[in-house]
Amino acid sequence: MDLTNLYTSLSYILPEIAVSAALILIVALDLIFNKDKRIIPYVALFGILLTIYFVIDQFRISGFAFPASDANNFYGMIAVDHFGAFFKIIILISSFFIVFFSLASEEIQKIQEKSGEYYALMFGMILGMLVMISASDLVLIYLSLELLSLSSYVLAGFTKLRDRNSEASLKYLIYGAVSSGLMLYGISILYGLTGSTNLYVINSVLQGPNINVFTLAFSLVLIFVGIGYKISAAPFHFWTPDVYEGAPIAITAFLSVASKAAGFALLIRFIRTTFVTLVDDTSGYWHLVNSFDWKTILVIISILTMTLGNFSALWQNNIKRMLAFSSIAHAGYMLLGLVVFSNQGLIAILVYFFFYMFMNLGAFLVVMLIANKSGSENVEDYNGLGYTSPFLAASLTIFLVALTGLPPTAGFIGKLYIFIALVDAQMIAVAVIALLNTVVSLYYYVRIIKHMYLSKAEANQITIVPDKFTFALVLALLIPVLVFGLYFTPIIDLAKNCITILGL
Amino acid sequence: MMGFPILSLITFLPIIGMLVILFLPKNQDRLVKYTSLIVTAIQLVLAVVLLANFGYSSAGVSDQSTFQFVEKFRWIQIDGVSWLGTVKIDYFLGIDGISMPMILLTAFVSLIATISSWNINKSVKGFFMMFLLLDTGMMGVFVALDFFLFYVFWELMLLPMYFLIGIWGGPRKEYAAIKFFIYTLFGSIFILLVMIGLYFSAQETLANGTKVFTFNLLALMNQSNYLDSGILSAANPHNLRLIAYIALFVGFAIKIPMFPFHTWLPDAHVEAPTPISVILAGVLLKMGTYGIIRISYPIFPDITRDLMWYIGLFGMINIIYGALVAMAQKDFKKLIAYSSISHMGYVLLGMASLTTIGINGAILQMFNHGTITAMLFLIVGVLYDRAHTRGLDDFGGIGVQMPVYTGFVTVAFFAAIGLPSLSGFVSEALVFLGAFSVSSIRIIAIISTLGILLGAGYMLWTLQRVYLGQLNEKWNTLSDLDAREYVMFIPLTIVIIFLGIYPSAMLDIMNTSVNTLVNFIANNANSISLLSGL
Repeated sequence: MDLTNLYTSLSYILPEIAVSAALILIVALDLIFNKDKRIIPYVALFGILLTIYFVIDQFRISGFAFPASDANNFYGMIAVDHFGAFFKIIILISSFFIVFFSLASEEIQKIQEKSGEYYALMFGMILGMLVMISASDLVLIYLSLELLSLSSYVLAGFTKLRDRNSEASLKYLIYGAVSSGLMLYGISILYGLTGSTNLYVINSVLQGPNINVFTLAFSLVLIFVGIGYKISAAPFHFWTPDVYEGAPIAITAFLSVASKAAGFALLIRFIRTTFVTLVDDTSGYWHLVNSFDWKTILVIISILTMTLGNFSALWQNNIKRMLAFSSIAHAGYMLLGLVVFSNQGLIAILVYFFFYMFMNLGAFLVVMLIANKSGSENVEDYNGLGYTSPFLAASLTIFLVALTGLPPTAGFIGKLYIFIALVDAQMIAVAVIALLNTVVSLYYYVRIIKHMYLSKAEANQITIVPDKFTFALVLALLIPVLVFGLYFTPIIDLAKNCITILGL
Repeated sequence: MMGFPILSLITFLPIIGMLVILFLPKNQDRLVKYTSLIVTAIQLVLAVVLLANFGYSSAGVSDQSTFQFVEKFRWIQIDGVSWLGTVKIDYFLGIDGISMPMILLTAFVSLIATISSWNINKSVKGFFMMFLLLDTGMMGVFVALDFFLFYVFWELMLLPMYFLIGIWGGPRKEYAAIKFFIYTLFGSIFILLVMIGLYFSAQETLANGTKVFTFNLLALMNQSNYLDSGILSAANPHNLRLIAYIALFVGFAIKIPMFPFHTWLPDAHVEAPTPISVILAGVLLKMGTYGIIRISYPIFPDITRDLMWYIGLFGMINIIYGALVAMAQKDFKKLIAYSSISHMGYVLLGMASLTTIGINGAILQMFNHGTITAMLFLIVGVLYDRAHTRGLDDFGGIGVQMPVYTGFVTVAFFAAIGLPSLSGFVSEALVFLGAFSVSSIRIIAIISTLGILLGAGYMLWTLQRVYLGQLNEKWNTLSDLDAREYVMFIPLTIVIIFLGIYPSAMLDIMNTSVNTLVNFIANNANSISLLSGL
């Protein structure tokens, strides 16, 4: 590879370089400031802002970093496109919030002396996710997935304050190791079948004749295990409730938004790059290769995911655990945006994720602020909160209503776009199932509202008065949920311009 | 007509009031109550101003130019690309003769309900904030002419209603509140689905000539806007119009509530505090029937005509079933709740006739039921406040102890029975006139008249058990009405008597629009059958 090429490639991965530099800086500062580590979160914030700047800058460009070419293809290891930039923005915005969450979290503040490692690991996760979003080579996909996973295993059990932290970490590790092992096996079979690890090359091979359909299906199912694990799609979701419940809330929120977003971006890019043979420019629908029926599989998985998630959430008394199941259900809704295999569906996913980020982070934030004081995430301990802590309770109510998908909140718009994509694709039966799921989900979201407002407060009910900082933090998440519910034009416009994925 | 945005004002005034209450200092309960009172009073004044400037000969229904006080702005505009058409949603408000009575009703009943909320003492601030939010949702439903906007207002009511029943309700409030919430959301999802289906089936032509998918209700009523391939287009031989109609109807029927979707209502009514029962019976139930008249009828005229017999049948079932169940009740409030189901059946029956007189009767019945049932729930509330029981058999001879109150009770009861010269008579008579005149549902109308008999039965029996006879000594300390209760009862009584003697005051408002609607349905149903026949 010549130097110009290398130079261009490097300029294409500036966000990843910035994250790596921030990671190194954090580690260095951790060593330098041995006693007082208060500076580290601010360095982290600065690093994230700088990365956001580079990502926004990437909206100008579109191309491959580390390109290669053969007779038929021009391809590369890393695809830089608008789609990737959109998801990177989501990841970085949520990381930005998570740093603030960590500052507001008692759990994390108790281990302030270890905050160097904490933020370093977090940046490890961010780096993994950013690479994962852009990776268009199976080897790089696997590497980034592992980078993300390894950092998150440690973070899930990082505080070691309670037994369940270690339990969460261990469960996460075991599930993760198994699924990434399976995924690697799938990748090796796919490589054996097609002779390449690059998605673009695999695409052109799959379009050709003489593909062993059975072997292909076998390898794809194995690869899907790895991705399904990251987005916690059923039946690979079993780790989610335990890990979400056990991990520090800030990390749970991070996993439920950023890690899931990266998983989705990977899944979408994987399918879009590897299996799409043609995108109909007038209708926006994708034509997929015939050798593997993604549609049926994904419809079944998404219905299974949302139904299992919603029905399991009904019985939960721990709010973190309930939100874990709720996030599983939301993964199911979002998968529906993919199964229509169209640009409309892709817009729906992007829009949904953008709104989901605010409402889910918001819900976790309030739960964290309450747990800071009460030390409990049990729904019974929320009794009477509406009267002792009106602001937090009202905010949580709005976040939960948004998660249910009722107007006039952003959650409704997200759901609306998913259903619009489904109806447009004439998948009305699926839309009905998803809508009925929404009704089910109402019950468990409202259950928390019920405990906050309808149930009698216990005598020792805590009063939480948010300070200016947490007040502003809640508002920063609350205002988008309400404003975008009434005026969503900019987000749709943004999403519309962000569906370009390099490839066919 | 882009003058003063009076419809926006009447709709969003309660939200402004809600924000004012939010920033009022703590423990200023009286201030909160007065704010709410002023807001609802201004709302009523605005409604009267609307009426004063209302053009009686302007039809509305499907024609924007004859809608009045129209406000139309581009709310959402997303420019299209090759595979994604332009998305546009309008902030589109306007009223015609069908919505005007409902606006008067909403403003009037909201004011009465505010007065009746005066003795709420538990978290007063929260109560009135939720109450005013609910008010905005109700008013918005009646003025919205864009399906998307309509749906937003429709759903906006759910959460405040949940809180109002759930926090300030009776012993089983939690159950009643969640049942209401889940039931209505279940109905809403069908409305949402049909809304999306309609969106993809019809295109509106904008001023600049481009065609865009639309949520505009008026554009959706115009059959020539439909795409040949749309799933809800009559021209598409594989269309799903019948299924969509039924889905939409179920969505609205849950709110009415129509048998067999009525089971949430008795629970909600029994547990809700009096003012909320008043709102629920007075306004909320009307949204279901209003939705059918405003949306289902003109958008699906063909199916409406095909299914009118079934609509009438369900009306009949509501009338008879509601009355029979009411008769068996031991709880005063539950009795009124079931009588409410029975009376909403008349609305369905009148609507099913598809005649001007029948639909006039139905809309008048919506208004009259709103006032009469509001009064009946207030009557129960007054008694419950004093005696803390609602058992019909616990009382007796209250007429001796509370003569003035019993006077009002008699007026309301006789209005509910349908005694001539009181408002209930006129609307029920019109409903039956309309239904009799259509041969296909004549038999249904004949059977439905039984409902009047049954209605008289349970109402008079209740009057006898509670108010007549020997005074139960337990209640000899009960005091008669106080000034505040006079203020609630007198306006309602005046309206009930006035509309009984001079129903034209209300009928003239709606007549032109209803006439237009009936012709619109007939013409369009014919042209659609021609279309699908070809």
